[in-house]
Amino acid sequence: MSALTKADLAEKLFEELGLNKREAKEMVELFFEEIRASLEANEHVKLSGFGNFDLRNKRQRPGRNPKTGEEIPISARRVVTFRPGQKLKQRVEAYAGTKQQ
Amino acid sequence: MEEHDDQNKSRSSVLTKSELIERVAQRQSQLSQKDVELAVKTMLEEMSQALATGGRIEIRGFGSFSLHYRAPRLGRNPKTGEAVDLTGKYVPHFKPGKELRDRVNGEDDEGASPSN
Repeated sequence: MSALTKADLAEKLFEELGLNKREAKEMVELFFEEIRASLEANEHVKLSGFGNFDLRNKRQRPGRNPKTGEEIPISARRVVTFRPGQKLKQRVEAYAGTKQQ
Repeated sequence: MEEHDDQNKSRSSVLTKSELIERVAQRQSQLSQKDVELAVKTMLEEMSQALATGGRIEIRGFGSFSLHYRAPRLGRNPKTGEAVDLTGKYVPHFKPGKELRDRVNGEDDEGASPSN
Protein backbone atom coordinates (compact mmCIF):
# COMPACT_ATOMS: atom_id res chain seq x y z
CA MET A 1 0.00 0.00 0.00
CA SER A 2 1.45 3.39 -0.88
CA ALA A 3 1.51 6.17 1.68
CA LEU A 4 -1.33 8.67 2.10
CA THR A 5 -0.23 12.09 0.84
CA LYS A 6 -1.55 15.65 0.70
CA ALA A 7 -2.76 14.93 -2.83
CA ASP A 8 -4.84 12.00 -1.53
CA LEU A 9 -6.37 14.16 1.19
CA ALA A 10 -7.24 16.87 -1.33
CA GLU A 11 -8.81 14.25 -3.60
CA LYS A 12 -10.94 13.05 -0.70
CA LEU A 13 -12.19 16.59 0.00
CA PHE A 14 -13.01 16.94 -3.67
CA GLU A 15 -14.91 13.64 -3.82
CA GLU A 16 -16.65 13.69 -0.47
CA LEU A 17 -17.32 17.34 0.21
CA GLY A 18 -17.41 18.69 -3.32
CA LEU A 19 -14.71 21.31 -2.78
CA ASN A 20 -13.19 22.25 -6.09
CA LYS A 21 -9.63 21.07 -6.66
CA ARG A 22 -8.04 24.40 -5.84
CA GLU A 23 -10.05 24.82 -2.62
CA ALA A 24 -9.30 21.25 -1.62
CA LYS A 25 -5.58 21.68 -2.12
CA GLU A 26 -5.58 24.98 -0.24
CA MET A 27 -7.54 23.46 2.64
CA VAL A 28 -5.00 20.66 3.06
CA GLU A 29 -2.10 23.15 3.03
CA LEU A 30 -3.79 25.46 5.53
CA PHE A 31 -4.57 22.60 7.87
CA PHE A 32 -0.95 21.49 8.19
CA GLU A 33 0.39 25.04 8.09
CA GLU A 34 -1.76 26.12 11.04
CA ILE A 35 -0.51 23.14 13.06
CA ARG A 36 3.09 24.01 12.18
CA ALA A 37 2.58 27.70 13.00
CA SER A 38 1.06 26.80 16.32
CA LEU A 39 3.93 24.49 17.30
CA GLU A 40 6.38 27.12 16.12
CA ALA A 41 4.71 29.57 18.52
CA ASN A 42 5.18 27.07 21.35
CA GLU A 43 1.54 25.99 21.43
CA HIS A 44 0.79 22.31 21.81
CA VAL A 45 -1.89 20.97 19.49
CA LYS A 46 -4.62 18.64 20.74
CA LEU A 47 -6.75 16.94 18.13
CA SER A 48 -9.26 14.86 20.06
CA GLY A 49 -9.75 11.38 18.65
CA PHE A 50 -6.47 11.61 16.76
CA GLY A 51 -3.71 12.71 19.10
CA ASN A 52 -1.60 15.47 20.58
CA PHE A 53 1.44 17.17 19.17
CA ASP A 54 3.57 18.17 22.14
CA LEU A 55 6.80 20.10 22.44
CA ARG A 56 9.75 19.05 24.54
CA ASN A 57 12.88 20.98 25.36
CA LYS A 58 16.01 18.90 25.13
CA ARG A 59 19.14 19.91 26.95
CA GLN A 60 22.47 19.95 25.25
CA ARG A 61 23.96 16.45 25.25
CA PRO A 62 27.19 14.86 24.09
CA GLY A 63 27.22 13.62 20.53
CA ARG A 64 29.68 12.26 18.05
CA ASN A 65 30.32 12.70 14.38
CA PRO A 66 29.56 9.20 13.12
CA LYS A 67 32.08 9.53 10.29
CA THR A 68 35.08 10.86 12.14
CA GLY A 69 34.27 9.75 15.67
CA GLU A 70 34.94 13.30 16.79
CA GLU A 71 33.01 14.42 19.85
CA ILE A 72 30.68 17.36 19.27
CA PRO A 73 27.93 18.46 21.61
CA ILE A 74 24.36 18.30 20.30
CA SER A 75 22.96 21.70 21.11
CA ALA A 76 19.85 22.24 23.23
CA ARG A 77 16.76 22.16 21.08
CA ARG A 78 13.00 21.95 21.03
CA VAL A 79 11.39 18.93 19.41
CA VAL A 80 7.86 17.86 18.46
CA THR A 81 6.49 14.60 19.78
CA PHE A 82 3.18 12.97 18.87
CA ARG A 83 1.06 11.14 21.40
CA PRO A 84 -1.72 9.22 19.71
CA GLY A 85 -5.15 9.55 21.30
CA GLN A 86 -7.01 6.67 22.89
CA LYS A 87 -9.34 6.25 19.93
CA LEU A 88 -6.56 6.13 17.35
CA LYS A 89 -4.51 3.74 19.48
CA GLN A 90 -7.45 1.36 19.75
CA ARG A 91 -8.12 1.46 16.04
CA VAL A 92 -4.49 0.78 15.21
CA GLU A 93 -4.16 -1.94 17.82
CA ALA A 94 -7.04 -3.77 16.21
CA TYR A 95 -5.01 -4.01 13.03
CA ALA A 96 -3.76 -7.59 12.96
CA GLY A 97 -0.94 -6.80 10.59
CA THR A 98 0.40 -8.61 7.59
CA LYS A 99 4.01 -7.88 8.42
CA GLN A 100 6.38 -10.36 9.96
CA GLN A 101 5.91 -10.64 13.69
CA MET B 1 13.74 7.45 23.31
CA GLU B 2 11.48 9.28 25.67
CA GLU B 3 13.99 11.68 27.12
CA HIS B 4 12.76 13.34 30.20
CA ASP B 5 12.65 17.03 30.21
CA ASP B 6 11.52 19.30 32.68
CA GLN B 7 10.74 22.90 31.99
CA ASN B 8 7.71 24.47 30.47
CA LYS B 9 5.80 21.42 29.45
CA SER B 10 2.83 22.96 31.19
CA ARG B 11 3.69 26.57 30.57
CA SER B 12 2.88 26.68 26.90
CA SER B 13 -0.68 27.01 25.70
CA VAL B 14 -2.77 24.60 23.74
CA LEU B 15 -4.52 24.69 20.40
CA THR B 16 -7.63 22.51 20.23
CA LYS B 17 -9.35 21.11 17.19
CA SER B 18 -12.12 23.70 17.29
CA GLU B 19 -9.62 26.57 17.53
CA LEU B 20 -7.64 25.07 14.67
CA ILE B 21 -10.84 24.98 12.60
CA GLU B 22 -11.48 28.66 13.41
CA ARG B 23 -7.96 29.66 12.37
CA VAL B 24 -8.13 27.76 9.12
CA ALA B 25 -11.55 29.31 8.42
CA GLN B 26 -10.14 32.81 9.00
CA ARG B 27 -7.27 32.23 6.63
CA GLN B 28 -9.47 31.63 3.60
CA SER B 29 -12.58 33.21 2.16
CA GLN B 30 -14.46 30.68 0.08
CA LEU B 31 -15.68 28.24 2.70
CA SER B 32 -17.92 28.64 5.71
CA GLN B 33 -16.65 27.61 9.13
CA LYS B 34 -19.04 24.67 8.94
CA ASP B 35 -17.43 23.49 5.71
CA VAL B 36 -13.96 23.92 7.17
CA GLU B 37 -15.01 21.87 10.18
CA LEU B 38 -16.21 19.10 7.92
CA ALA B 39 -13.00 19.26 5.88
CA VAL B 40 -10.76 19.04 8.96
CA LYS B 41 -12.74 16.13 10.35
CA THR B 42 -12.66 14.37 6.99
CA MET B 43 -8.87 14.74 6.79
CA LEU B 44 -8.35 13.42 10.32
CA GLU B 45 -10.66 10.50 9.65
CA GLU B 46 -8.82 9.68 6.44
CA MET B 47 -5.51 9.78 8.28
CA SER B 48 -6.82 7.59 11.10
CA GLN B 49 -8.26 5.15 8.60
CA ALA B 50 -4.95 4.89 6.75
CA LEU B 51 -3.13 3.99 9.96
CA ALA B 52 -5.90 1.64 11.13
CA THR B 53 -5.47 -0.38 7.95
CA GLY B 54 -1.71 -0.63 8.28
CA GLY B 55 -0.79 2.25 5.98
CA ARG B 56 1.65 5.12 6.22
CA ILE B 57 1.07 8.86 5.88
CA GLU B 58 3.65 11.15 4.29
CA ILE B 59 3.04 14.88 4.47
CA ARG B 60 5.86 16.83 2.87
CA GLY B 61 7.13 19.63 5.11
CA PHE B 62 5.20 18.28 8.07
CA GLY B 63 6.20 14.70 8.74
CA SER B 64 5.28 11.07 8.38
CA PHE B 65 3.17 8.68 10.40
CA SER B 66 3.76 4.97 10.44
CA LEU B 67 3.09 1.97 12.66
CA HIS B 68 5.63 0.51 15.02
CA TYR B 69 5.26 -3.05 16.18
CA ARG B 70 5.39 -3.85 19.88
CA ALA B 71 6.37 -7.44 20.55
CA PRO B 72 4.27 -9.60 22.88
CA ARG B 73 5.52 -9.46 26.44
CA LEU B 74 4.75 -10.54 29.93
CA GLY B 75 3.21 -7.64 31.79
CA ARG B 76 2.22 -7.31 35.39
CA ASN B 77 -0.93 -6.08 36.99
CA PRO B 78 0.45 -3.25 39.14
CA LYS B 79 -2.17 -3.80 41.82
CA THR B 80 -1.99 -7.54 42.29
CA GLY B 81 1.49 -8.23 40.95
CA GLU B 82 -0.05 -10.94 38.80
CA ALA B 83 1.62 -11.71 35.48
CA VAL B 84 -0.47 -11.01 32.37
CA ASP B 85 0.23 -12.02 28.82
CA LEU B 86 0.26 -8.97 26.56
CA THR B 87 -0.11 -9.73 22.89
CA GLY B 88 1.90 -7.97 20.21
CA LYS B 89 0.37 -4.81 18.81
CA TYR B 90 0.94 -1.86 16.53
CA VAL B 91 1.24 1.70 17.76
CA PRO B 92 1.17 4.92 15.69
CA HIS B 93 4.46 6.75 15.37
CA PHE B 94 5.16 10.26 14.05
CA LYS B 95 8.45 11.51 12.64
CA PRO B 96 8.53 15.29 12.13
CA GLY B 97 9.73 16.49 8.74
CA LYS B 98 12.60 18.92 8.22
CA GLU B 99 10.53 22.09 7.89
CA LEU B 100 8.60 21.35 11.06
CA ARG B 101 11.76 20.40 12.97
CA ASP B 102 13.54 23.57 11.92
CA ARG B 103 10.66 25.92 12.59
CA VAL B 104 9.98 24.52 16.03
CA ASN B 105 13.65 24.79 16.80
CA GLY B 106 13.71 28.44 15.81
CA GLU B 107 15.55 27.96 12.53
CA ASP B 108 13.82 29.59 9.64
CA ASP B 109 13.81 27.73 6.36
CA GLU B 110 17.24 27.14 4.94
CA GLY B 111 20.47 28.83 5.87
CA ALA B 112 20.24 28.28 9.58
CA SER B 113 21.31 24.66 9.43
CA PRO B 114 23.58 23.66 12.31
CA SER B 115 26.39 22.43 10.11
CA ASN B 116 28.94 25.15 10.25
